[in-house]
Amino acid sequence: MIKFDNVTKIYADSTVAIRDISFEVAEGTTTVLVGPSGCGKTTTMKLVNRLEDPTEGAVYYDGTNTQEIGVTELRRDIGYVIQEIGLFNHMTVGENVATVPKLKGWDDGQIDDRVDKLLELMALSPEEYRDQYPRELSGGQRQRVGVARALAADPDVLLMDEPFGALDPITRADLQDEFLEIQAEINTTILFVTHSIDEALKMGDKIVIFDVGELVQYDTPRNILENPNSEFVRDFVGEDITLKKLSLINVDEIMRPTNVIEDTTDQDSKTAVTNGGEVMHHLAPGDSLKSALSTFVESDIQSLPVVEDEETIGVIDRDEIYEIYNGG
Amino acid sequence: MSELYTLVEGGQYLIENFDEFLTLLREHIILVLVSELAAITVAVPLGVIAVRYNRLKSSILSVGNVAQTIPTLAVIALAFPIFGLGFNSAVIALFVYALLPILTNTIAGLEQVDENTIEAAEGMGMTKWEVLRKIQLPMALPVIFAGIRTSVVITVGTAYLAFFIGGGGLGVWVISGINLFNTPQILAGAIPGALLAITLDSVFAFIEHQIGGEGHHDQSIATG
Amino acid sequence: MIGSYIEFTLDNWQDLLQLLIEHIELVVQTLIIALPLGISLGIFIAYYQPASLSVLWGAGVAMTIPSLALFGLLVPFLGIGNPPVIVALVLYAQLPIIRNTYIGLTGVEKDMIEAGEGVGMTRWQRLRQIQIPVALPVITAGVRNATVILIGVATVGAYVGAGGLGDYIFTGIYQANTEMIVVATVVVSLLALVFDYGLKIIEQFLQLQNGEDVALTRGTKAITKVIT
Ligand SMILES: Nc1ncnc2c1ncn2[C@@H]1O[C@H](COP(=O)(O)OP(=O)(O)O)[C@@H](O)[C@H]1O
Ligand SMILES: [Mg+2]
Repeated sequence: MIKFDNVTKIYADSTVAIRDISFEVAEGTTTVLVGPSGCGKTTTMKLVNRLEDPTEGAVYYDGTNTQEIGVTELRRDIGYVIQEIGLFNHMTVGENVATVPKLKGWDDGQIDDRVDKLLELMALSPEEYRDQYPRELSGGQRQRVGVARALAADPDVLLMDEPFGALDPITRADLQDEFLEIQAEINTTILFVTHSIDEALKMGDKIVIFDVGELVQYDTPRNILENPNSEFVRDFVGEDITLKKLSLINVDEIMRPTNVIEDTTDQDSKTAVTNGGEVMHHLAPGDSLKSALSTFVESDIQSLPVVEDEETIGVIDRDEIYEIYNGG
Repeated sequence: MSELYTLVEGGQYLIENFDEFLTLLREHIILVLVSELAAITVAVPLGVIAVRYNRLKSSILSVGNVAQTIPTLAVIALAFPIFGLGFNSAVIALFVYALLPILTNTIAGLEQVDENTIEAAEGMGMTKWEVLRKIQLPMALPVIFAGIRTSVVITVGTAYLAFFIGGGGLGVWVISGINLFNTPQILAGAIPGALLAITLDSVFAFIEHQIGGEGHHDQSIATG
Repeated sequence: MIGSYIEFTLDNWQDLLQLLIEHIELVVQTLIIALPLGISLGIFIAYYQPASLSVLWGAGVAMTIPSLALFGLLVPFLGIGNPPVIVALVLYAQLPIIRNTYIGLTGVEKDMIEAGEGVGMTRWQRLRQIQIPVALPVITAGVRNATVILIGVATVGAYVGAGGLGDYIFTGIYQANTEMIVVATVVVSLLALVFDYGLKIIEQFLQLQNGEDVALTRGTKAITKVIT
């Protein structure tokens, strides 16, 4: 959907922002650009919707060189959440979200429906927030409005520049989770920028790691954790690689499918099922192995059932997780 | 070309009546100086006292802002029934009007000093008086100065109107020139005053810039 | 004492009204020229920054010229009556209008402009939908400032034959007629206050529309209550 082909960007003051970058963003996936501040992430993003033009190389949008697409048309097809959010402070939340549909000339009824739907999607009740002004909102709410505005005209591509960067850790984690759910629903092509490797690992199908203007590694989160290709990446990924790896794997990827709980009377007398067959501790298929591990530690049980819709669909042993943890 | 010739005639008039010109210019400058010095002497301490008392401050500010919308000619004209004709009457009118921008700017300047800065200074054991003298006044100086500059420019202009109540100054030539359709006399009276106002404003702007002012006003002055 | 002023007002209300209308006409005629001129110059220097310093300096200098001197300078070339006064008033109005237009347009937060660009607004759409709405209250404040100045300076214009309430002030001084001076002065000051307050309400109304936090005057509160 988006393809960078040996792109170099040199600014008018001869700052080399990025040099010879190539990567692709496949349709319906999320690619995360990650790297330290000033390494050229925002520049890369602006090259997609032609807020900047490449000095060398080319950027392709849906197979066409962006230089051959009209700037206005291109930008209206691409949703953009800028780093500073950039809400229009003189417009209400509703008017902000309606911006692109209005520019595209949708009719009023259609716009109103769309605005309400997006505010609901972003967990902002339309009745309450539609007529408020951005100044009256909290940081997290403003960020939601920024995302809603970018999604309003159902863009083919969504660019998000450090969208959760200015938020406190708890709000950030909430928004990340919510956004993953939203993405599962809408399946847009996303280019996402962050300076946090944890956020990159959590949000990305593919990750592009930048070091001052250079691309150092372009791979899946798991491969980056398992095979960092340089000292820089190893440092950047940080200490607790194995824990991070566990957080990338979900329970349903390694569980043994079954609908009966074995060993109800375990030899260690540590069982998943206690009096009256009531399940005390269990896992969900979408849980990460990291959270499964903490459930194991908490409950001190050898194996746990995986439950979905109140039905047991599989079983996981503690030792399996230890095996992966120890480098399996 | 006839415009240019008119200007030349104006210059001739000035040279031919140079002694009278000097007298008028001196009167004009004295009007400005006396009322301006009096205004500064009264307005700055009054502003300093006013910031200490919230009620006084807000009433001074609201009266001051309203009073500044009153036309300068009105103030001059009102001095006449109260104080009669003459130089003193003109000085009082000019003084009253010159007071306002200095007063409001003094208050604004002292008020703009960050609360935290003041708290920090008090925390270091400064008395209220020391905070005022060592912190607030120096930080407010550019704003106070901007008020003085505004005030001076208004006063130079308003002093032209002083002649209507017998105060003398360059207005004498302009007004008698208009009455007698004596164009050279009008120009000989008008141009030096315009130059005086522009020069004073530029000099003050320069000084204001030197002491760290922003070089512009929040509100434009009401020209005299 | 007060009685004599009221009596004077009642005896001369038709003349007073006539002069008041003349005065307002003078100010309105000036604004019809001064507004488009000042706003265009403000937009121009907002987009062509190198000119901003000199244009603002020039307008500032014009403002310092004493009004009687400026009328005097213009009379030899434009004659007696409205023309020299309107030209002078247009000049005096320029600084507040140009400056506030410039500050209003350039003061728009950069990230809002960039967001506008990002969603595919053209330059013209950004001006129409972002910069002008945000700048409008600031420009209105400039117009308010200019109008108050014009009402004051226009009184002096009566001396060169432009009419208006200044006529009564000059005649009053000439005839030593205290009632005439005081009543005219009060009316002209009230006129300035009314315009100041009215434009303040418009300014606050525009600020409210932009979702700005403002301490509303009573007038604005009353009007927003009536409207909503
Ligand atoms: N408009 C510009 N003109 C000149 N240099 C710029 C411009 N924008 C960014 N830069 C420089 O390019 C480099 C990369 O910037 P940016 O893409 O914003 O980095 P990041 O988003 O990763 O923090 C930095 O050195 C920055 O100072
Ligand atoms: Mg950036």
